[in-house]
Amino acid sequence: MPQVAMTVNGKPARGEVEGRTLLSSFLRDNLGLTGTHVGCDTSQCGACVVHVDGKDVKACTMFALEAEGAQVDTIEGQAGADGSLNVIQQAFQDHHGLQCGFCTPGMVMTAAALLKETPKPSEAEIRDYLEGNICRCTGYHNIVKAILAASGQDAGAIAAE
Amino acid sequence: MYEFEFERPGSISDAVAALKTDEAQALGGGQTLIPTMKQRLANPAKLVSLTGIGEMQGVCVEDDGALTIGGATPHAVVAEKAAASYPALAALAGNIGDPAVRNRGTIGGSLANNDPSACYPAAALASGAVIVTNAREIPADDYFQGMFATALEEGEIITSVRFPVPRAANYQKFDQAASRFALVGVFVARFDDGVRVAVTGASEDGVFRWSEAEAALGSDFSAAALDGLALPADGMIGDLHGTPEYRAHLAAVLTRRAVQAAA
Ligand SMILES: Cc1cc2nc3c(=O)[nH]c(=O)nc-3n(C[C@H](O)[C@H](O)[C@H](O)COP(=O)(O)OP(=O)(O)OC[C@H]3O[C@@H](n4cnc5c(N)ncnc54)[C@H](O)[C@@H]3O)c2cc1C
Ligand code: FES
Ligand code: FES
Repeated sequence: MPQVAMTVNGKPARGEVEGRTLLSSFLRDNLGLTGTHVGCDTSQCGACVVHVDGKDVKACTMFALEAEGAQVDTIEGQAGADGSLNVIQQAFQDHHGLQCGFCTPGMVMTAAALLKETPKPSEAEIRDYLEGNICRCTGYHNIVKAILAASGQDAGAIAAE
Repeated sequence: MYEFEFERPGSISDAVAALKTDEAQALGGGQTLIPTMKQRLANPAKLVSLTGIGEMQGVCVEDDGALTIGGATPHAVVAEKAAASYPALAALAGNIGDPAVRNRGTIGGSLANNDPSACYPAAALASGAVIVTNAREIPADDYFQGMFATALEEGEIITSVRFPVPRAANYQKFDQAASRFALVGVFVARFDDGVRVAVTGASEDGVFRWSEAEAALGSDFSAAALDGLALPADGMIGDLHGTPEYRAHLAAVLTRRAVQAAA
């Protein structure tokens, strides 16, 4: 079987995979990084979003072999070494940006990509960027609030419904 | 998904050679092909990834002003790199699907797939683009041959796409909110020697040019020039998202909006 090697959350990772092994399966099954969730497995829901060379992608819609040599970042790499939440994670907690938490890894990774591109997004820009991330619980409102807060803006300014 | 052999060549010639085997298929960004393979609607014996080929990446402006885009360039790169030279095309690329789809999906994959609701086919047809493959150059007018059908031969790959840049242009997409594709999309391009109008998402024959609108806009580039013009509902797609009549109506409304936005 082919070998694949990449850097995951700053550490070297390698393993044997099949051609058809998805990046999401490699992360979850080979590396045990089950924070990357698989919601739909049909490229629709965004629960599996990770960063490959700094770009947000759906790990269920990319083969592990395509990530050969790449820098991959997952939800497991977001908190500090001591377990302290990063700014986006903390904002999700503070603003109740999650209920069941299934979509949250993808939401946080997508928000991280947005804030890197646009450090102070408007509410409309946030909603637009979350187009590919589906949440069955929250109604999105508190997710949008959390991301506004994580960008250092006043989350109280957006309407309460 | 069935197992297959995977290759990731570094050059166009190696990719073309790898695609000579039986049941071999090109892999662009995989945003259409991987879901299709999961459903077992495609079962290639070998996938030849085009994402490691440097000469198929990027956006550049030619001496004659035309824009050449590498066949494996992701939508997000076109959205950023074509923004100054061809803003209407960049805006179209920046509104395909969602950010994660735009970071993987490629222009070559989109044009090879020729989904009847895809965005790029409208841009290529309205701009009079040239589809450049490993073997030849195909004008957009000859390239699109109906739903999911193109002039590409077995094993032929789109290495780049050359877009003449119009004097003014605009793309209007009416989102199909669930799929994020276009329910209907219209691209209007105004050149010095005429206007081209391409409609996607509407016809059962895939993307098409609306010649009556082109003629009317050629003599008077204004929304008023379209007064009284309508597209027949005959041959339009009808599904749970919209009837043929609705799509025909929408195409005309979007054409007016595109003209207003471009004028
Ligand atoms: C959630 C979602 C939303 C989307 N929304 C939109 C939208 O709004 N508008 C839109 O236009 N599209 C949309 N798409 C489709 C997206 O743009 C795809 O990226 C595109 O259709 C296929 O490009 P790809 O590079 O991913 O190709 P792949 O999936 O890798 O390949 C598709 C087909 O093209 C062939 N192929 C790939 N590259 C080449 C090449 N260079 N030469 C010859 N053949 C090639 C493959 O063999 C395959 O048959 C969406 C997709 C998803 C998952
Ligand atoms: S699991 Fe990948 S998009 Fe839903
Ligand atoms: S919190 Fe349950 S799906 Fe988003």
